[in-house]
Amino acid sequence: MSGTIENRESFLQNIASKLNRKAGEYVKTPEWTHQPQFGVRRGASRRELTDVLKNAAEAVYTKVFETDAAGLPDQLDQVIQEYGGAPAIATRDGRFTEYGLNSLFEKYHIETWNVAEGHKNIDRAAQANIGLSVCDVMLAESATAGLYHDKDKARSVSLLPVASIVIVPASVIVPRLTQAMQQVESDIADGKEISHYINFISGPSNSADIEMRLVVGVHGPVKVAYVVVSDR
Amino acid sequence: MPMKVGNLPFFEGVDQAIHNTFMVNAVSSAQDGLREKKRKATTGDPTLGNWEDWRDAGEEIRQFTLNHLDYYLKQLSDQFAARGGHVFFAQTAEEAREYIKKVVRKKKAKNIVKSKSMVTEEISLNEALEEEGCDVLETDLAEFILQVDHDRPSHIVVPSVHKNRQQIRDSFRKIGYTGTDEPKELAGFARKTLRGKFLHADVGITGCNFAVSETGSICLVTNEGNANMVTTFPKTQITVMGMERLVPSWKELDVLVTLLCRSSVGQRLTTYVTDITPGAQPDTVDSPQDYYLVILDGGRSRALGTEFQSALQCIRCAACLNVCPVYRHIGGHAYGSIYPGPIGAVLSPILGGYKEYGKLPYASSLCAACTEACPVRIPLHKLLIRHREKYVEGGGKPPFSEKAGMKTFSIGASSPRLYRAGMKTAPFILKPLVHDGAIEKGPGPMKPWTHGRDLPQPSQEDFRTWFRKHKQSEMTGKNHETGEQQ
Ligand code: SF4
Repeated sequence: MSGTIENRESFLQNIASKLNRKAGEYVKTPEWTHQPQFGVRRGASRRELTDVLKNAAEAVYTKVFETDAAGLPDQLDQVIQEYGGAPAIATRDGRFTEYGLNSLFEKYHIETWNVAEGHKNIDRAAQANIGLSVCDVMLAESATAGLYHDKDKARSVSLLPVASIVIVPASVIVPRLTQAMQQVESDIADGKEISHYINFISGPSNSADIEMRLVVGVHGPVKVAYVVVSDR
Repeated sequence: MPMKVGNLPFFEGVDQAIHNTFMVNAVSSAQDGLREKKRKATTGDPTLGNWEDWRDAGEEIRQFTLNHLDYYLKQLSDQFAARGGHVFFAQTAEEAREYIKKVVRKKKAKNIVKSKSMVTEEISLNEALEEEGCDVLETDLAEFILQVDHDRPSHIVVPSVHKNRQQIRDSFRKIGYTGTDEPKELAGFARKTLRGKFLHADVGITGCNFAVSETGSICLVTNEGNANMVTTFPKTQITVMGMERLVPSWKELDVLVTLLCRSSVGQRLTTYVTDITPGAQPDTVDSPQDYYLVILDGGRSRALGTEFQSALQCIRCAACLNVCPVYRHIGGHAYGSIYPGPIGAVLSPILGGYKEYGKLPYASSLCAACTEACPVRIPLHKLLIRHREKYVEGGGKPPFSEKAGMKTFSIGASSPRLYRAGMKTAPFILKPLVHDGAIEKGPGPMKPWTHGRDLPQPSQEDFRTWFRKHKQSEMTGKNHETGEQQ
C-alpha cells in the first residue's frame, strides 16, 4: 500500500537553498553529546520500580493493586467490583487466557473485542462501565501504561468506558519513556512493523482549562486502576 | 491575515488589556501556578539528574534537525506515504486550506471534530471549512469554550485562560447548559455534548506536537482524551503540522516529549502521549482508514539560514509566556497574534512580517526570563533585540513618527531612565541578582552593562504605570519624567 506525496520538490528546494544544502541529501543522525535520559534510575530493581510506580500513580489519581499470578483472578474480581462491575469489555489479547481469567470473564459477561462484529464493538465500549487491557510497557516514573494497539488490542477499550483497568505484568515495568522508545527502536532495527497506535496513558483524562482547577474525567475514562502481577 | 487576533493596533490592544482586571488577575495566577509546577518537575526533581543537561540535549537535537530539515522532511514524507498516508507540502496557509477543503469535499464530509492545534488556528482552518458547509467542532475543553463564544486563544497551552467560570457558564447557556459554574459540572457538560459528536464525525483533524521522521509517525501530547477520540472514530484523519515540528527518531522523541510535558504543565508525562503511524490493518474497527498529513511552511523558511533560525527550535511549551512580566500584565490578546508572549513576539514578525507585527518585539522588558525558562535554549531576548534593530533600521518601514515612538517605547539599553522604568516590570525576576540596591551580574542584555558597572535596582513601578506614562509621552512627544522633547 502506497500513499501520495504532493508539492514536495519545490518546498524542499526552498528549504535546502536557505540551509546551503542539496535538497534531501542524506545525513546521519549523530551520537548526541548530551543524553541525560539514560542516567535516570539506571539499574533500579523490579521491586524498586514497582514502588516508584505506586508513588507516581498516586499523583495521577490512579490506584495500584499488587498480586501474583495465582492471586490475579481473585484480585481482579475484587477490583472489578470496587469499580462498579459489569457491563465490561476487554481487548482481544491472549494474555487474559494465559493468566487464567476465563471464568472471571464468564462471571461478569465480559465482552471481548471482535472485529467481525464491526461497529457494535464501539457501541459496547461506549456503554461499558469497565474496560480491561493488558499493559505492553509500564513507565514507572510517570505511572504510564504503554499500550501497543492493533485491530484486536483495540484502543476504544481504554478510552470509552467509565473506568479503565490495566493488568501490568511486572516484567514490563521500566524506569521511564526512554526504555519504551529503545524497545520501539530495536523493533524497527529488527525490521518489525511497529504498532500503528501507541498510547502512553498516565491515569484518567483530566483538564485544568477552567480557572486552572483540575477536573478529573473529561473525555476519556474517569477512573483508572493498575493490577500489577509480580511474577509475570 | 489568518494569525491575527482582534483588530486593534498594538498600543490600543495593550490599553484595553491592562484595564481588564479579571484577565490580568487570571493570567497572573495561571502564570504563578504553571511556573511553580514547572519548577517542581524540572530543577526541583532530583530523580531527573541535572535539568540543564536536558536543556542542552533539547537544544542539540533541535538545532541539528533544523540544520538538516530538508532531509528529515523527505524521510518523514517517504515513510508516511510508504505506509499508505498522503502528504501535502503547503507553502502558504492558503495552499493548506485549499488542500484540506479538497480532501473534505472528496470525502463528502459534513461533521468534523478537531483537537487543539495552534497551526490550524494559524491558517484559519475552521472558517475555511465552515465556508464549505461543514460543522467544525473544537473538542479540547478550552477551545470548545472559545468556539461557543467566537473567541480566540490567549495562551498557547491554556487558550481560555482569560475567561472565568461565570463567563463560561453564561456561554454554555447559549447551547443548553442549565447547571452551575462549578468546573466539574461545566466539564461534564462538555463531555456529554461531545461524546456523540466524536462517534459520528466524518473527519478528525489534529495538530502535531512532534513528527518522527524515521517511521512517519505523529505524536500528540494531551490530557483530556479528546485527541484520542478525534484520531479513533472518524474514518478520515488529517494532521496539520508546522514544518519544523519533527524529530529524527524515537530516541529524540523521548527527550523532547520529556522537555515539553515538564516545561508546559509540570507533569512527568501528560495523560496521553499518543503516537500514530498510518497503515492500520484494513479491518480495524476503531481507526481512520485514510490518513492525510499537511506540512506547512507558512513563512517559517524565512527564518532558516538567518539569525532567527533558532526561533524554529520552539516546542510550544509556553514556559516563556509563564515567566514574562509583560504577558502577565497584558495577557495574550493584546499581542494581536495567535502566538503571544516572548515566542509570539519573536515568531509573529517572522511569519506575518514587520508591517503587521513589528511592534511586538517591544512588548518585552528584556529581562531575559524567557531565555532562562526556555527548555530548548532559544535566546529569545536576543532575538527580540535583533527584531527591534531591524524594525527601526527600516525592516518594517515604520513611518518617521513611529520611529520616534519606538525609541521612546524601547526599554532596551539606550536610556538608563527608560531602562529603570522598563525594568520595574520585573523586579521579582531580578531580585536574586540584586545586592545593595544594584544589579551586579545581569542576565542577557544587561551583561555588557553590568560587566563594567552596576545597574540600579529596578524600583516597584509596575508595567501599567510605565505603559501609561510612555503612551502619553509617545503621543505628546514629551518625556514624562523630564519634560524633555524626544
Ligand atoms: S520559545 Fe521556548 S519557552 Fe517559549 S514556547 Fe517555545 S520552547 Fe517554550
